[in-house]
Amino acid sequence: MNIEKNKKDYRLLSFIVFAILIAAWCIASYSGMVSKIFLPSPSDVLDAIVSGLKDGSLWENCWVSTKRVMIGWFWSAAVALPLGMLMALSKKFTAIIRPFIEFARYLPVVALVPLTLLYLGIDEAQKYTVIWLGTFFQLILMVCDTVSSVERNQVNAARTLDANKWQVYLYVILPASLPGLLDDFRLTIGWAWTYLVVAEMVAASSGLGYIILKSQRFLATDVIFMGLILIGLIGLLTDFLLRLLSGVLVPWYKRLGD
Amino acid sequence: MPKLKVSNIYKIFNDGKSNVTALEDVSFEIEKGEFVVIVGPSGCGKTTLLNIVGGLDTASSGTVEVDGRQVTKPGGDRGMVFQSYSLFPWLSVLKNVEFGMKMRHIPKEQRLETARKYIGLVGLGEFENAMPDTLSGGMKQRVAIARTLANSPEVLLMDEPFGALDAQTRIVMQELLADVARTTESTVLFITHDIDEAILLGSRIIVMSNRPGKILDIIPVELSISRNRSALTNEEFLAIKRRIMDLLWKETL
Ligand SMILES: Nc1ncnc2c1ncn2[C@@H]1O[C@H](COP(=O)(O)OP(=O)(O)OP(=O)(O)O)[C@@H](O)[C@H]1O
Ligand SMILES: [Mg+2]
Repeated sequence: MNIEKNKKDYRLLSFIVFAILIAAWCIASYSGMVSKIFLPSPSDVLDAIVSGLKDGSLWENCWVSTKRVMIGWFWSAAVALPLGMLMALSKKFTAIIRPFIEFARYLPVVALVPLTLLYLGIDEAQKYTVIWLGTFFQLILMVCDTVSSVERNQVNAARTLDANKWQVYLYVILPASLPGLLDDFRLTIGWAWTYLVVAEMVAASSGLGYIILKSQRFLATDVIFMGLILIGLIGLLTDFLLRLLSGVLVPWYKRLGD
Repeated sequence: MPKLKVSNIYKIFNDGKSNVTALEDVSFEIEKGEFVVIVGPSGCGKTTLLNIVGGLDTASSGTVEVDGRQVTKPGGDRGMVFQSYSLFPWLSVLKNVEFGMKMRHIPKEQRLETARKYIGLVGLGEFENAMPDTLSGGMKQRVAIARTLANSPEVLLMDEPFGALDAQTRIVMQELLADVARTTESTVLFITHDIDEAILLGSRIIVMSNRPGKILDIIPVELSISRNRSALTNEEFLAIKRRIMDLLWKETL
């Protein structure tokens, strides 16, 4: 099979990995090798999904969590993008903001959760804030690095072709850094899910993180597995959509190995 | 009035610890329509000089004038073609060549017409919709030349544009450039460390010394034969070549 050239083979290989995982899961659970409390069988998890679909709670929880991730991450990106660009382009601004960002970046978000609860209570704003704190300080530095790595030659070429400062930003720096920015976005959305679950586990009455925590109290391992699988699937879907977007926005961009 | 006037340029780089003098008292003038070539050993400050003329770097002292006006910032009046490729990979060949005109808000119709004219001139008519990544090195450099010419610069500054090409492609490109420069009546300042290339293209050759770069001599090129690959073995050609090599060799001893 020639993975280098063939898309079908690529999919087949990915599929085989999943099939093996599921087969191993079936063997371990149906044979009774592992107790139901620790490892529910695939049919138990399917049952949990079906009953969740029936009473509508599954969609509800998926949607609530997805919405929190999107809003929290959106604000993080909306602030990190202009500030990160500014950092890459202005030494003065970097001097002002960089020490603080580096300091904040090393604070574990989990340690900040009590403060968010104290300041914001348990409403939605607190969830957004936890996600924002978890992604913003990383994203701003990633944006800065991505924008800084635009080739000097391209900027110089534009300047000798009559581009003014704003045209250089808009027509050179932005398109040149777009592939890198989309990668930064893809990575940080992944992290946003991690912090969502953190936020939903400490104080929430809905969402996938919440049902995972609640199920643990009742030893409802099948529901925990359902939650994990759903988060994974939503992650896969998000990644797929962002790759699609990359293909549309930056078709000219070729990675090593593409 | 000369098209380009460079007066008493000094450039001293300071890396915090020590000073490196890259250029020392460089002065010359170029008339409209002239093709002037600078040759000099590697590291003598050729790129630095061109960047100062282009406004991408500032001189420690001295001035650069275009049509009698002093210039300090980059601008479309001094179009540049760089030592390494500088095309915009997200734009097609046509859009690359239109870039400068777009920045100047020239109407779409006119932009297209001008861009196509120059793409045709460098022989890439069939490739106007190609993306830069799909072109060979020589083709990319031709697009870069068309892109700069399409913006109708007063002076064309070229920094070893053919340095990365193989010997054959190089000769084809040199002949192409000589043709294009003649038909568009461009004023060109061209850098190379290839003496053959300098004599084939230049109406005058500025010979520079090792670092700190100074002008050793300015040599007019008057050939009674046509400038193509067969000139490379001609006596007149070789006489000029010998003169330049003597200058450069004296320098290394
Ligand atoms: N930003 C810089 N800081 C310090 N020194 C520099 C800088 N840029 C160039 N130099 C020095 O100035 C000298 C001239 O460099 P330049 O790039 O102009 O040479 P060149 O003649 O174009 O060489 P080549 O033919 O190899 O391209 C070199 O010795 C280099 O080390
Ligand atoms: Mg150079």
